[in-house]
Formats: sequence, structure tokens, C-alpha cells
Amino acid sequence: MAIFLDDNSKILVQGMTGSEGTKHTRRMVASGTNVVAGVTPGKGGKEVDGIPVFNSVQEAVAATGANVSVVFVPPKFTKGAVIEAVDAQVPLCVVITEGVPVHDTAYFFQYAQNAGTTRVIGPNCPGLISPGKSNAGIIPGDITQSGRIGLVSKSGTLTYQMMFELRDIGFSTCVGIGGDPIIGTTHIDALEAFQNDPNTEVIVMIGEIGGDAEERAAAFIKDNVTKPVVGYVAGFTAPEGKTMGHAGAIVSGSSGTAAAKQSALEAVGVKVGKTPSEAARLVRELLK
Amino acid sequence: MDLYEYQAKELFAAHQVPVVPGVVCTTAEEAKAAAEKIGGLVVVKAQVKVGGRGKAGGVKLAKTPDEAFEHATNILGLDIKGHTVRKILVAAAADIETEYYVSFLLDRTNRSFLAMASVEGGMEIEEVAATKPEALAKIRVDAIEGCTKEKATEIVEAANFPADVRDQIVDILQNLWNVLVKEDATLVEVNPLAKTPEGVVLALDGKVSLDDNASYRHEAHEALVDNSETDPIELRATQLDLNYVKLDGEVGIIGNGAGLVMSTLDVVAYAGEEFGGVKPANFLDIGGGASAQVMANGLDIVLGDPDVKAVFVNVFGGITACDAVANGIVQAVAMLAERGEPVTKPIVCRIDGNNAAEGRRILDESGIALIERVETMDDAARRVAQLAAGK
Repeated sequence: MAIFLDDNSKILVQGMTGSEGTKHTRRMVASGTNVVAGVTPGKGGKEVDGIPVFNSVQEAVAATGANVSVVFVPPKFTKGAVIEAVDAQVPLCVVITEGVPVHDTAYFFQYAQNAGTTRVIGPNCPGLISPGKSNAGIIPGDITQSGRIGLVSKSGTLTYQMMFELRDIGFSTCVGIGGDPIIGTTHIDALEAFQNDPNTEVIVMIGEIGGDAEERAAAFIKDNVTKPVVGYVAGFTAPEGKTMGHAGAIVSGSSGTAAAKQSALEAVGVKVGKTPSEAARLVRELLK
Repeated sequence: MDLYEYQAKELFAAHQVPVVPGVVCTTAEEAKAAAEKIGGLVVVKAQVKVGGRGKAGGVKLAKTPDEAFEHATNILGLDIKGHTVRKILVAAAADIETEYYVSFLLDRTNRSFLAMASVEGGMEIEEVAATKPEALAKIRVDAIEGCTKEKATEIVEAANFPADVRDQIVDILQNLWNVLVKEDATLVEVNPLAKTPEGVVLALDGKVSLDDNASYRHEAHEALVDNSETDPIELRATQLDLNYVKLDGEVGIIGNGAGLVMSTLDVVAYAGEEFGGVKPANFLDIGGGASAQVMANGLDIVLGDPDVKAVFVNVFGGITACDAVANGIVQAVAMLAERGEPVTKPIVCRIDGNNAAEGRRILDESGIALIERVETMDDAARRVAQLAAGK
């Protein structure tokens, strides 16, 4: 078992014929992912490494039964691409694209909510991997193996770092939810799914400055999560009012600080590591 | 990007939100001339991107052009919470009978938008929220439906605006929503929204934050960029397309991925406590798939900061291959030497992940004595803090 993505996932790639799309399609295939289709308007009928390209998501789904879309299109086409995936009722749409205007994200997130048939992950995220089963996005497939840890993170490289630190134990699923102010899938969504996943024994949650997602996740953990959770929060030294790389990573006045997030998590029994490696050590202790 | 009041009001006017026209001035002479042209009582307002201007003496009424000259002389160059006043706005002083508050903002928590409105305008809205929360109406606005006339009416009723101004504010709210959506803003705030004795409602002050991700579809916004307050190193980094933030410590930081770099800053600050409070000098994310050239640009920027005593390059190769990163470091050192700016500061490197063995070999065999390779992030942070402290 895993969450959101497993052996039955059939992936279509929106923007597969672009350079990033092609590069990462190859990486996904190389890590054993079942990529069944690409979509690029106007390029229907072509192939990339033997994978058929369609003009629309609708056609691709009808022809291949794709049930996950990974979006690599540039920011200005992202809103349209997600709406197309929602209209085709693709159950999972993973938006890798960085730099999407937040009004576009707010719109397509609401559109997906209204339709009720598509989970959106991202934008500005590395995607997700259920090692040994499927890899939807840009997370390297060869860091670790299938195992007992579930990981949810706002940050791509900290996801890789944590996967690397705990590579011998392995992961059920690692979900990069993205660092934008509005994201389709939150820590809470992933925590809920990991709680219900029989193969996940320990959950690692990586947060960073900005917004109150970690505080809300803490409240959720208190009432709904019985599995042990280890946390890590980045950005204790971030100054007020400066965006730290991720569009959503900003301390505004006294809200969104790492210290507040850490204490909210600790208050509900989450063990919070001071550094990524300390968080990894805490996971090891729990799994002894 | 946060805008100045006068820029916010320009956008308001462009979307039919009523404002009092004013003149932006950079000298006291200009302010005097503006006051003469406007005639009567004028208000001279410091243009800084920070609240509390009035309390800091940055907003003054002038009865005559000479008085406007005097106030402008005092306000220009004033330091308001670390911001130097370089521009002032001179506008006709509106008679105010009542002050209200309205705003729209991005609501991260609910992944939507929020309208806020209050009959208690004029003071900091955080204060209203803290002391009289019942006086601040908060209404969710759907990203797809937007602020329709019905929604605007709902907001006006929730805030309990008096009957005689409701129609005007319903219109203003719809126009203000247009500013938010059509200009790709994440915040539009009017405080105060004033009612004159004649019963006319006007936006007397304005605050707008624009979404940088949307700048590609707003050519006109380029003219709103003002770098006079920007750190010169940050400015150079922006020109090189680098994600850089200047901080006040001594350890230069370069890493890939925003989360990892933020984490690196923290780990260095913890390690620095042991060495007399050594801290990170900057945030620099060279991003995923960074090339040797990007690494070279990054090192160039960080080494060019006189505050930097030692540099920490912390890379986890996911998509980025560590051999490319290592080559970038070696090439950057060579490039700087060729330019006559040889590297004199130690560079501590920790590289892991994709092709790490090859990357480490390149660094170890580079023959560059200033490059010191350390296996783990925690140990590398400790070492760089020690070097920066001169120990």
C-alpha cells in the first residue's frame, strides 16, 4: 500500500513534448512508472520514446485509461492545463510548474473543489513517489526503496535529503506538496491518508515558514492521528517580510514563524528535530 | 512587490475607485509648487512602504504653499522604521466626517480570498481585530465567482455601514475587487475609506501588494519597481536571476532548493552559537538542475559580499548532478582568479546525492586549498562557523 499513487497508477504527462516534460518522463519511466500518454495541444499523433501524445487530456484518458496527470507546462498555461484535467475527471493532478500566478492557482483549486473529482497536488512541487511502485514528478527514483515511513514536505530538496538519510528503512510514499501560498494538497490531507495507510508506521512532516498550515496540521494530529509523527521546520533564522525562495515562505509580522510552528507541533506530541539529521534520528528511534 | 501609496492610488483610479488626486514630489520646491497648484489646505505625506507614518511625523497638513515647503523639507530624508523618505505625496486635504476600512486579500488558510470591512477606520486594522473583533467583518470571496454586487452587499451589511453610504461602498468594493484580480494583487487595502461632510466616499490611503509570479502579464508594472531601498547585492543577484536575500551575518550560504537553504541557515546559526554568535550572511538558492555557470554566478555574488568571512556550499543532488556542482565551484574559483579577484575566503562544501562520489573526487583533486570538503551538513555547518569566527 501507499497513498495517492501505487502500482495501478497510469500516468499522463501534460507538456510531455517540452524539454522538461521529456526529460522527466524518461526519469519516471526509468524508475518503473507506467507512463501511458502525453498531452500537447497540436502534437497529437506523435510519440515520445514510444509513448503516444494526444491533443487533449480527454482523448488521452479515453484512449489509455490514464488516472494521474503530471503537469509540466509553463506558468501561463498551467491554469488551462489543470482545468482540462479536472474536466476529464482525472482523479489526481500533480502540478510541478513553478511560478504560477496565485490568482490562477486559487481559480483552478476552486474549480477542482467544485468538480469534486480531482485531487490537485502542487503547484511548485516535486510531485510524489511511492518507491518501487510509481513516481509522478521529479523526485529522484533511486534514492530509497519501499518501506514503512510516510513523508510529506513543502520542500523538494529537504524531501530528497530526508529520503537519503533514511534510505535503508524506506518509504511508503513521499509527497512534495509545494511551497506556494495556495496548494492543492496540504499536510493535513497527507497525514489523513498516511494514518489510513496500513503500510505506513511513522509519518515525517517537513514544514517551513509562512502561513499557518503546520499549526493546523498540529490541530489535526491531535484529534485524528494515532501513528507517531516526527516533524522538521525550516526557517528559524528567516527575517520578517522577506520571501525565502518559495513564494509562500515569508514571515509576515509575527505570523508564520518557524518557532510558532515548532511549538504547535510539539504541543500535540510531535517530536520535532532541530536539524534534518536530528529528525532522521528521531524516526530511527521510533522504529527500533 | 509592495507598492507606495501613490502607486496604489494610481491603480485605484485606473479601476474607478475614487481617490483624491495628488502630486508626487522629490523636493520641497516641487511640494510648494504642487500646493500652489492644488490650492487651499493640502496634506504632505511621506511615501514609504511601512505603516505608522503619521506617528513618525511623516504626514502633515499645510495651509499655505510655504508651509508645504517647510513640511516637505522636514519629511524628505526622514527615517521611518528604517525606511528613508525619498518621495512625498501632496494632495488636497479632504474634509473627513467618518473613517471606514475595506480590503481584499489572499486567504492562504482557506485557499481563497477574504474581504474585510469595518466602520472603525483610520487606525491599524490589527488593532481593531485585537480590541474590537466584532467591528471587523470578514467575508470569504470565491475565486471563481468574485465580488459580485450581491457579495459586495453582503460585505457592506456584515460591516454595518450606514445606509447613506452603502450604495457607494458596494460600487467601490466591486471596483476594488477588479484591482485585486486584474492587477494580480494579493492585497488591496483602503484605510481610511473616508466619508466627507458632503456624503462622498473616497479612498484616502491605499496599500497594494502585487504577485511577482504574475509580472509576465503586466508590462505596466515594471514602471512601479523602485530599487532605491533594495540592497545592492540583492539587486545584482536579481539581475543574474538568482534567488538571494541579504542577511546580517558572516557565513555566505549557497544551496539548492529553498527548503534546504533555509535549513542550512538554521543549522549554521545553531553551530555559530558555539563561536560567538556567527550567523548566515545570506540566503541563496541556486535551484534545481543548476548548471556550473549558475554556481559560478552564485559564488561570485556571495564572495563579493564584504561581510562574508567563509562560504558554505550545501548541495543535495536530486536532479542536479553533484559533478556539475563540483565543476561549477572549481570553474568559479578559476574565473574569479582570471578576473583579478582571486578567492581568499574558505569554501566549505558538503555535497550528497546524485553522482556525489564523482563530485567529491573533482573537489578533492582540484588542488584548491581554500576548498574544504566535509561529509555531513551538521559537521560542515560547524566547520564553516569556526572558520568564519577565525578559529
